[in-house]
Amino acid sequence: MTIDGSHGQVDGTTDAGRPDDDVPAPPGVVTPGPGPEGESPAREDRAIVTVPGDDGRVEPIAEVVGTKTGMFGIDGTGDTSGYGGLVRTIAMPRATRAPYGGWFDATAESLGNALAAGGIAWDDAIESVLVDRGELTFFVRRHALLDVCRRLRDEAELRYEFCAGVSGVHFPQDSGRELHAVYHLLSITHNRRIRLVATCPDADPHVPSVVSVYPTNDWHERETFDFFGIVFDGHPALTRIQMPDDWPGHPQRKDYPLGGIPVEYKGASIPPPDQRRAYS
Amino acid sequence: MSTDERSSQGPHRRADPYAATDSEPTEGTVFTATGQDWDDIVRSIGPAPEERIVVNMGPQHPSTHGVLRLILELEGETVTELRCGIGYLHTGIEKNMEFRTWTQGVTFCTRMDYLSPFYNEAAYCLAVERLLGVTDEIPDRATVIRVLLMELNRISSHLVALATAGMELGALTVMTFGFRERELVLDVFEMITGLRMNHAFIRPGGLAQDLPPGAVEKVRDLLDLMPKRLRDIRLLLDDNPIFRLRTEGIGYLDLAACMSLGVSGPPLRSTGLPWDLRKSQPYCGYETYEFAVQTQTTCDAYGRYLIRMAEMEESLKIVEQCLDRLVPGPVMIADRKIAWPAQLALGGDGLGNSLDHIRHIMSESMEALIHHFKLVTEGFRVPSGQVYSAIESPRGELGVHLVSDGGTRPYRAHFRDPSFTNLQAVAAACEGSMISDVVAAVASLDPVMGGVDR
Repeated sequence: MTIDGSHGQVDGTTDAGRPDDDVPAPPGVVTPGPGPEGESPAREDRAIVTVPGDDGRVEPIAEVVGTKTGMFGIDGTGDTSGYGGLVRTIAMPRATRAPYGGWFDATAESLGNALAAGGIAWDDAIESVLVDRGELTFFVRRHALLDVCRRLRDEAELRYEFCAGVSGVHFPQDSGRELHAVYHLLSITHNRRIRLVATCPDADPHVPSVVSVYPTNDWHERETFDFFGIVFDGHPALTRIQMPDDWPGHPQRKDYPLGGIPVEYKGASIPPPDQRRAYS
Repeated sequence: MSTDERSSQGPHRRADPYAATDSEPTEGTVFTATGQDWDDIVRSIGPAPEERIVVNMGPQHPSTHGVLRLILELEGETVTELRCGIGYLHTGIEKNMEFRTWTQGVTFCTRMDYLSPFYNEAAYCLAVERLLGVTDEIPDRATVIRVLLMELNRISSHLVALATAGMELGALTVMTFGFRERELVLDVFEMITGLRMNHAFIRPGGLAQDLPPGAVEKVRDLLDLMPKRLRDIRLLLDDNPIFRLRTEGIGYLDLAACMSLGVSGPPLRSTGLPWDLRKSQPYCGYETYEFAVQTQTTCDAYGRYLIRMAEMEESLKIVEQCLDRLVPGPVMIADRKIAWPAQLALGGDGLGNSLDHIRHIMSESMEALIHHFKLVTEGFRVPSGQVYSAIESPRGELGVHLVSDGGTRPYRAHFRDPSFTNLQAVAAACEGSMISDVVAAVASLDPVMGGVDR
């Protein structure tokens, strides 16, 4: 089973009548794949989880991006909780099979046409399309981000003229695509929202800057650089914005500690928040 | 003295100890002004680099709305370049939320934009509810009270915007009026939530507690009083010649500038675009309320003032409709796996869990105690995925990007605060204007540094 990001199925097929050649696995069943320390960065080798919904409609294809072990945040020795052997996977929705429903199909088709008019193949620009919780997400290959943004803004059928900035997300176990730059675009003309996600590895944290298309992202990209260390190539002045200029590290990354000191109260000591018992 | 006269008097001049010397100036440019038109002379001088100075305005300055640092390059009194320095109030709220449960996150994000705490809470809770997929299950009463509190909050926030703007322009009466009227609204908040600011009252699934007895009457009293008070401010400012001279044509941002710089809220509506998320992408049932989106076409600080005044009057209408819709009912979602197990109640030792609930879990039901313990310490789990939920805060589009990894804590919470984005436009609005207009332009964008820096 692979992430199906193909774009050719935009037609009138209804959900119920959709040919479903892959038999979805029962809920929660994880297809074994290489662990987070696996060598292969190829996306096809990743563990994929599919969960059929109540109405038979297949939910978005989720991809395992990491695992959690144990309980209560205990690691190393001394786990007497009985949960030491517990292994849970973190699966994030990553792709949806066409048709996507509603105006999502038309938007994907318009974007595909606009890209094709510029000589860009769909698969070369878009990794996958995700429809989740009523929101449309395009996972964009980072080298094509600027091309995609420009067409999303300028095409009459798309007209995403308002960008609500970029936000970073760090998945340290998702090897090869640890850092995500997430853009939220708004079309005031058509009153629609979409999301773009561009990923980059920790070893090469570069994403092209979209300031030339959306000048509002000037500060947003500085903030994401400040907090995640994503370098936005082509930004006019990529400097820290919230932290002091000489601050070491990028605070919002998952490997950056929260910090804090124990607080004493009536003789007892309360540890800082990141060292307290955790259930997550 | 003509040239001929001077040459004829040459020898005598040398003898005069007080006469100017013939020596050439060793530095700077020499300008000879002999009976021309003054404007021509000024034009011929051109830009004088030595006249350019860099002024740091802030971060400690009363007219910078908190700790905003403006780096101004001035030529005389004209601003040639302006850059903002921010980050002085960065408190790591987004990072801290990753180490607390989904419910505890409200306590953090309410402190971001401290003038509109209910908007921070509502935006965050709507995002959590969408992640959970329970948006439709929120009780009506909770939604109505959310709208009521948000609209009252819009009034209190706009009043501060007017008050500080007036103060910065030297109109101290506006400041005293604005803060006095805001206090009336904060009294209502205090009665309903127990706090004037930082309420943490709206929670994922509903509200922390129901309205206390007497709250509706207090809001009705406010609805009686506030229109008169707003009219007083209008009488003071609408046609005030000094105020209009200081704000008309100041801080000009047209539609193209707003679009490209991501500016939203009153500055965007002052360009004539009726873009209000309450109308265009309704949430919390805003599509069922009657109110008008306020616009102006002046693109300037005065237009933004008029919009804020009119929005307060519209908010009063919405609050009135909310009061009419308040019917008894639950204020927390029925799903016991999400709902906070206890309602707050006022006891002899202050606000806390209701005594009925304490009695129930301590002496009646072991399962209820376990349930309470699990929900309060561990919290509920949220299915993995990401959402973006945006609401119309007094300053513009307040967006929340929430990512869940299926755990009991937000994996990532990012707030797209309108102050942060609108503040970017200060340079575009101020460069080329007078330094005194910078203050008026910044005030018309109404940035709140708690929201900018988070």
